[in-house]
Parts: sequence; C-alpha cells; structure tokens
Amino acid sequence: MAYGPKIIDHYENPRNVGSFGTQADIKTRRDVGVGLVGAPECGDVMQLQIKVNQENGLIEDAKFKCFGCGSAIASSSLATEWLKGKTLDEGLAIKNTQIVEELALPPVKIHCSVLAEDAIRAAIADYKTKNGIATQAEQSAAH
Amino acid sequence: MAASREDRVIYLDNAATTPCDPRVVEAMLPYFTEHFGNTGSRNHRYGWEAEAAVDTAREQVAALLGADEKEIIFTSGATESNNLAIKGVAYMYEKAPAGSGACRGHIITTSIEHKAVLDPCKRLQKEGFEVTFLDPPADGVFTAAMVEAAIRPDTILVSMMWANNEIGTINEVPQIGALCHARDIIFHTDATQWAGKMPVDVERDCIDLLSLSGHKLYGPKGIGALYVRRRKPRVRLQALVDGGGQERGYRSGTLNVTGIVGLGKAAALAKAEMDAEGQRLLALRKRLESMVTSQLDHCAVNGHADKRLPHIANISFGFVEGESLMMACKELAVSSGSACTSASLEPSYVLKGLGVGDELAHSSLRLSMGRFTKDSDIDAAVASIVKAVRKLRELSPLYDMHNEGIDLSKVEWGHH
Repeated sequence: MAYGPKIIDHYENPRNVGSFGTQADIKTRRDVGVGLVGAPECGDVMQLQIKVNQENGLIEDAKFKCFGCGSAIASSSLATEWLKGKTLDEGLAIKNTQIVEELALPPVKIHCSVLAEDAIRAAIADYKTKNGIATQAEQSAAH
Repeated sequence: MAASREDRVIYLDNAATTPCDPRVVEAMLPYFTEHFGNTGSRNHRYGWEAEAAVDTAREQVAALLGADEKEIIFTSGATESNNLAIKGVAYMYEKAPAGSGACRGHIITTSIEHKAVLDPCKRLQKEGFEVTFLDPPADGVFTAAMVEAAIRPDTILVSMMWANNEIGTINEVPQIGALCHARDIIFHTDATQWAGKMPVDVERDCIDLLSLSGHKLYGPKGIGALYVRRRKPRVRLQALVDGGGQERGYRSGTLNVTGIVGLGKAAALAKAEMDAEGQRLLALRKRLESMVTSQLDHCAVNGHADKRLPHIANISFGFVEGESLMMACKELAVSSGSACTSASLEPSYVLKGLGVGDELAHSSLRLSMGRFTKDSDIDAAVASIVKAVRKLRELSPLYDMHNEGIDLSKVEWGHH
C-alpha cells in the first residue's frame, strides 16, 4: 500500500510508545486511564493510555502500543500527540475524521481512525470510572 | 536518476513471478521483428518459420513433463489452463444435462487451491455440478487417502495443486494420480509452482491434465500451457474459446509465438538446471528458516517440515501484524498473508485452513527464492526481518500482555 508521508513518519518514528506500568499497574493506577480496543483476529489492537493531572484535570501524558497495520500505528501515535495537554472533554471531542484528514488515510484504512477514536473514548471512560466521574453514557442514562 | 541505496530492494517474491531469464529474452527477440509470421500462414516462409519455432517450443515443454508434444496446448497462463481443464472436463464428461435437476457430476478439489481453481469450481457448483472442497490437515499436505474418502460413483474429476503457492507444501500427486486412474476419474493438477522447479513425468505420476505458467519459471507473462493426456485415457475437453480452431481446437486464437518461444526456452533451461538449482534453493531456504527461527521467539515455519518446495518459506510471527511487518521490511519485496495488504481484511484463507491461529495468520511472510537469489540476499533479508519484528514487538500490546502471562485467548476483545 502506498502511504502518504505523514503516515510513514508516524510509523517510522512513532510518538509516545509505551505504558505507565505493567498491565497490573495500569489497571489499578487511578491517575491512568487505559483503552484497549480491537481484537487480534481483526488484525488491530490498540492500547492507549492517558495520565491525568489530578490537580487541574489535564491529560499531562499519553502513551500507546499498537498491534496493527501502518495506518493503525500512525493513527494511535497521532492520537497520543493530540491528547497531551487537553481536558477530558477536549479529548472526547477528537473525531476520527480529523485523524483521517491529518494523516491522509486511504479509504480502506478509515477503520484505523475509528479504532483510534474508540481507544481515546475507552481510555477516558476508564479514567472516569476509576475516579467515580460519571461518563456521558451514564449521565444520559440517568436523565 | 541513479537508483539510491533506498531504492535497492531484495526480490524474494519469486512465487508471485520471476524475472525473465536473459537467455529467454534473447531467444524471443527475433520473433517480434524478423520472424513475425502467423503459424496459420501455411503457404509462405513467414508462417513456416513461426510454426517451426512453435514446434520446437512444444517439444521443449513436453520434454519438461515427460509428455508427447501433441499433448501440449498453449494458453495465456495457468489461470486459463485451469479453467480449460476444469470446465472443459466438466462439460465434456457431465453425467446429466444442464437444467435436468440431477447432479451433473462430482468434482473433488481442496479449499486451499489457487483462486484460478476455486472459482471455476464454484461456478460449476452453481451450474449443477457438486464439488467437494477438501480441508487441509495441519501440515498442509493432502494424501491419496483423503481423496479416496471423498470419491463417489459420480466423481468425474479430481483437481489438486501439486504444491501450494502460499506455503509450498507438496501434495501426494503421484499417489492421487494412480488412485484416479484406478477409479477411472480424470486427474488434473495445477503445477504452477511445481513445474520447472521439480521433476515431472506425466506417465510415472499418472497425470491427465497439468497446468503451468511461463512467468513462474523465468519465462514471459501471458503464456502458459495445459498438458492434455492423449492415451490411456484419452482426455477430451470442451473448448472454452471458439474460433480458428488452433491448438487442436481446444484453444482458438492466433498463437502467441514470442511467448511460446520464451516458454519453450524457459522450460529447456529449467530442465537442464533443475537438479543443481533445486539443491541450491533448498539450502537457501533452510538457511533462511533456521536463521530466523533461531533469532526470534514465537515464530513458526508453516506447513510440513519436509514436504515443501525448495524455494518457498512461509513464516508466521506472533504478536506483530503483517502489513506493518512488510512496511518495516521495506528493503524486501516479499508477500504477506496479511489482511491489510488486500482490501478484504481477511487473514490468508490458506493459513486459516491450516488452522494457524488468527494472530499468527495475520503476520506471516512468504519468502520465495529464485534463480537470481544470492546467499547475501538471504543474510540481508534475515537481518531486516529480525530487526522489524523486534521493533514491532516493542510496539505490540499483545507481546507485553503475553510476557506478563496474560492468556490472549481469554481476553474479552471488543468487536466492531
């Protein structure tokens, strides 16, 4: 597949690769939200983590790991870049279409951007759950 | 512009296609310009020259197969040969007419054939034939016993590839041929990956129909052949292309003289060099496989340990994904069983058929060596693959989870 330069750049120099601890650590750390989306048999698994400053509520760091194609790796790498410094609500406002546009993803790879958006949402939801903050779904269910 | 270092790519995709041998090109050249006649022109020198060249090529291809030259039909390639063999036999030997509602005949093939066999069989299924698609065992090798168990009184044709194009596994073709002859069933083999690499004797191996392709054996693209047995039994086919009645009426159309000359030369070279080349390729493959598997954990060579072609290695790598692996090995031209390289998102149906787990099926590389592959290419390829897999495992959440003792099959994955 012929990819554009931005995908290649993120693929070859992925930003913010890593984890805020072992699987056991990140499950219990309250300042960390973890989103694990996709499935091995679908060929894409993204693990996106946010570390939230408990004082000001800003996402002060983000990390990812990704099993997937070049587009999936680039999409999750870009997501970590965009998340840093944002509030949770700003993070939730990131849309897959923005990722598609920024990376110039080819049409057959749009699902990679959807997965990245899912990973962002899952990580933020995990943080909220750990900290007793109602998620949007819960809020709307309560109304 | 001179090719920069970046542009130098090691070609390890010889199962997809091979370059033309320069000796083949040299043999072909006069037939484009000087001896350009139509073999159908019986009354002048141009036609005679073309015919003589085609006759020579037919003998060369026949010699590669241990066949008589009258048994060679030139086609556009293995896809056409497979179509002609399978549909041609089905229509000629049908047990009941189309539209009668009765089964028109039973065909046995396998679920891991090339699409050029699977799709004609599926078409025949829609037209009233019944087809058994045998599933492979874990080692990928089909035996005569598997075929025998599927034979019915109305079985008219068995079509079985000699060696698989993705994993290189070798089926028990001579035994299956003998079985078919004993049961009066026509036997076709798609020998696209086999012919020119490994010995064929259509008599010894009991083959009735055999497909081969020029561009897999250092000949040009757009030319292939179908061997059609003429005696014991005499196999008849219904032609798929009607017209001038060339190729004994089996394949109308002006002969592709340049391509035929090229295929003939390629067949002659392959026959002459087969033994030495086969041993060289096998040594390259074994070296490649042992170097990769000794340097990386969680990787597996797919298919039977020994019953595999000398030039195809298919290796799965756990916890990495195929397309990103190919991207990371950008100095290698290889093929992946990966979903993402095709639009389909499905892992290789061949590897899935073998029962290779989905994670592994998503990340396999097919490396196929050829006449122009050097030892140093293998060293460079191994270095590139090892580096790439290590890099991607650094990135892989699955590798982390596995190393922390998490059973990936027990994780509840999201599906979308």
